[in-house]
Amino acid sequence: MRIGETMCNADRRTIASRAVGLLILLAGVLLAASLCTASTPVNHQVPSIFDPHSTPAESIRHLSFFVLGITGLIFLVVFSLLSYVVVKFRSRVGGAEREPAQVYGSTQIELAWTVIPILIVAVLFLATARVIHEIQDAPRPAGAVELTAIGHQFWWEFRYPELGIVTANELHIPVSDPGHRTPTFLKLLSADTDHSFWVPQLAGKTDLIPNRVNDMWLDPHETGLFLGQCAQYCGTQHAKMLLRVYVDSPEDFNAWVREQQQPANQDGKEAAGRHIFESTACLNCHAIAGTNGTGRFGPDLTHLMSRRTIAAGAAENTPENLRLWIQNPDAIKPGSLMPAMKLSDAELDALVRYLETLH
Amino acid sequence: MSSDAIAIQPAEAAGRPWVETLHEWVTTVDHKRLGILYILYALFFLVIGGIEATVIRIQLMRPHNDFVSPQVFNRMFTMHGTTMIFFVAMPVLFGFANYLVPLMIGARDMAFPRLNAFSFWLTAFGGLLLYFSFVGGNGLYGAGNAPDVGWWAYAPLASRAFSPGHSSDYWTIALLASGFGSIGTAINIIATIISMRCPGMKLSRMPLLAWLNLVMSGMVLLAITPLSAAQLMLLVDRYLGGHFFDTQAGGSATLWMHFFWIFGHPEVYVLIIPCFAFASEIIPVFSRKPIFGYPVMVGATVCIAFVSMSVWAHHMFTIGMNSYANSFFTITTMAVGVPTGIKIFNWLGTMWGGKIQFKTPMLFCIGFLFQFLIAGLTGIMMASSPFDWQLSGSYFVVAHFHYVIVGGILFALFGAFYYWYPKITGRMLNESLGKLHFWLFLVGFHVTFDLMHIPGLLGMPRRIYTYEPGRGWDTLNFLVTIGAFIQGIATVVFVANLIISYFKGAMAGNDPWDAWTLEWSVSSPPPVYNFASIPRVASRRPLWDLKHPEDPDSRYE
Repeated sequence: MRIGETMCNADRRTIASRAVGLLILLAGVLLAASLCTASTPVNHQVPSIFDPHSTPAESIRHLSFFVLGITGLIFLVVFSLLSYVVVKFRSRVGGAEREPAQVYGSTQIELAWTVIPILIVAVLFLATARVIHEIQDAPRPAGAVELTAIGHQFWWEFRYPELGIVTANELHIPVSDPGHRTPTFLKLLSADTDHSFWVPQLAGKTDLIPNRVNDMWLDPHETGLFLGQCAQYCGTQHAKMLLRVYVDSPEDFNAWVREQQQPANQDGKEAAGRHIFESTACLNCHAIAGTNGTGRFGPDLTHLMSRRTIAAGAAENTPENLRLWIQNPDAIKPGSLMPAMKLSDAELDALVRYLETLH
Repeated sequence: MSSDAIAIQPAEAAGRPWVETLHEWVTTVDHKRLGILYILYALFFLVIGGIEATVIRIQLMRPHNDFVSPQVFNRMFTMHGTTMIFFVAMPVLFGFANYLVPLMIGARDMAFPRLNAFSFWLTAFGGLLLYFSFVGGNGLYGAGNAPDVGWWAYAPLASRAFSPGHSSDYWTIALLASGFGSIGTAINIIATIISMRCPGMKLSRMPLLAWLNLVMSGMVLLAITPLSAAQLMLLVDRYLGGHFFDTQAGGSATLWMHFFWIFGHPEVYVLIIPCFAFASEIIPVFSRKPIFGYPVMVGATVCIAFVSMSVWAHHMFTIGMNSYANSFFTITTMAVGVPTGIKIFNWLGTMWGGKIQFKTPMLFCIGFLFQFLIAGLTGIMMASSPFDWQLSGSYFVVAHFHYVIVGGILFALFGAFYYWYPKITGRMLNESLGKLHFWLFLVGFHVTFDLMHIPGLLGMPRRIYTYEPGRGWDTLNFLVTIGAFIQGIATVVFVANLIISYFKGAMAGNDPWDAWTLEWSVSSPPPVYNFASIPRVASRRPLWDLKHPEDPDSRYE
């Protein structure tokens, strides 16, 4: 703020610059607040890209800080110049009516502000190229877990070909100990439209594209649940194509694998429900190992009860939600490809009781 | 130089029936009237697109909101994007180019007046077709009306299997029609600038606005043609059993991406270069100095045009290209930053040592400079491809490109409105309402789009009709919506100013800003024939020479 202007103008400038100052302050506080909540470790609720727990995401954060630093510096320099020019060279009220000196340009200055940006770009590019190579051309160690992720409208199919496991929406992978690395390599496919696998705290996103095989890898250093979701618009329910990645300790992971390798529950206690599953349209889309249901358009239900959510994370896996989902999927996820099954109340109850046995 | 307009009164203008006036406007081939038609058409769609944006923001105000269904939400963001790019930004910029280029180069009309009218009506027809989808898009099976495939309509989402009914057809044909309109106008602008300049106006003496529109038109020819080709291929797929993008029959989804973005990225520069042109005319006048480094400004623009043709795949860093391709598109994208930076520095150089007058057009240009700087820097962040693997497809990208389109393009456009409105209508826009508009819009813009970057960093993808609570996105989205409303109110102030000033504004006179280019030498509004006698120029600032015969520019150039 400068003194010595006519009152009216000075007041107006004061108000304006205060408003701008407040705004910048507000934005800063909000940014700081959200980044703080982002770094709270509990359950990794906020999937912040600045709170990574896996090697590729950490490399990216490292690079992003470098890029943010340089761009921040450029911003400060140019913004200061702009502010200086606007304040210093404003036309003074009541000043002389003469035009300022007419300057047409300067070759030296033009050269300077051409060469310096070129150097900055060169530095940024080299730093970037290193990280591209580090992530994309990473070697695959012997202990790596391999799996295939297939995007569907609007859910995720996960297959572990070496372990003989097929599951959906909730991915389980082992934590990778820096001493004995067990990263997870994913082969990415799509059954219909484009999708994108994005769990910000574990890695950058990679698209799942029909007729194309992509790959990516995760190398988590911490156990827990990491949240993400589809990041490429894939149709009506793109918003509820949620993704949950459980990073398990080696023991937990092995226990989970053993459980998934078991055949489906066959005790016959809920035969009525099973009969409904096998004699209605359910089996066109869903598979339950050991029944005649081998459909592949919908999630494999063999171990449905081992999952905490249904409908690709849209609802918790409770008997009430299951019942609602079968009766009227649009109540949970309007536009999903699961049809309303039009069963009687008794049939619904029997079917839900049967599904409840699929541990 | 002599260009005294002979004031000829329009013959009994008051007594004519309105049908005749309407007929005159519909059949006009006058570049000024077509320019005004383009601008009014764009303003109409700006309001429509704004309403769509408001629906989107209300829906996202809080998690699990059910203001609209997912189907409606998806239509809203598809229509918002398509409308704003093809039926607001393109026509409004073509409108200004149409109106100003002949006046600034001392010509009486465009090179091809009938092609000009044809192009406008094609574009207009395209917009109407797109919106007719709300009525005619349903097709069989109640497939849904307006297109809902996103404004880039990735394959195979736009194929018949995933987009039944006719909504995608309306989208395709609307873009095809308006695309031909754009090509026609681009050819027209090029021909006009190459062959209609007045005596003495060498290429090196053209106003930067003419230069930049020449470059923009060249880019339109290169960028719109692949888009039109892709639209035709999509139509073949949808109606004649073709398989270009039909992945279930072996077609390629990535082929569409390449076609779309080799249009889509140059398109960004097609939109921003005319806005550079506005800034390059307005900033010198209100700094009372000539543009700093004119030849460098021209060179940098041509350089941007060339480099921007080889950056398209930075929209595709996540599709699994190999590390060499990712590196290539990283370096080309970052390289665009160099000529762009040069332009920013030259504008600063223009203001340096000047006597800056903070009239509304200048305020908007300073806002443009500030925001375009930030937009460029977030662009550099995303050019760094690994960083982009996190940012791509998130709300950070949405914030970035709105920073370019609203903070850059729209701010410069508002500046152009305040600057040339007196020339077009003969009356000044109200300065107090203008300043209110500026400050309100500035606050609304920053509340909306500064904050919008953050949910992206916290993992929020774009194009989701709702989101889960507790991920740190709730408060931010609420504030973003508040900001959107502030921008809405500011836009109402702007439209009110346009209407009130048309009837009650102060008379402008020929040259209200004490400016230097040829359009200010004729009456406001200019006569039908523009110049009674074709002017002759000796420098880049003919009116400076006229006003300062003791120290003309022609002595230094």
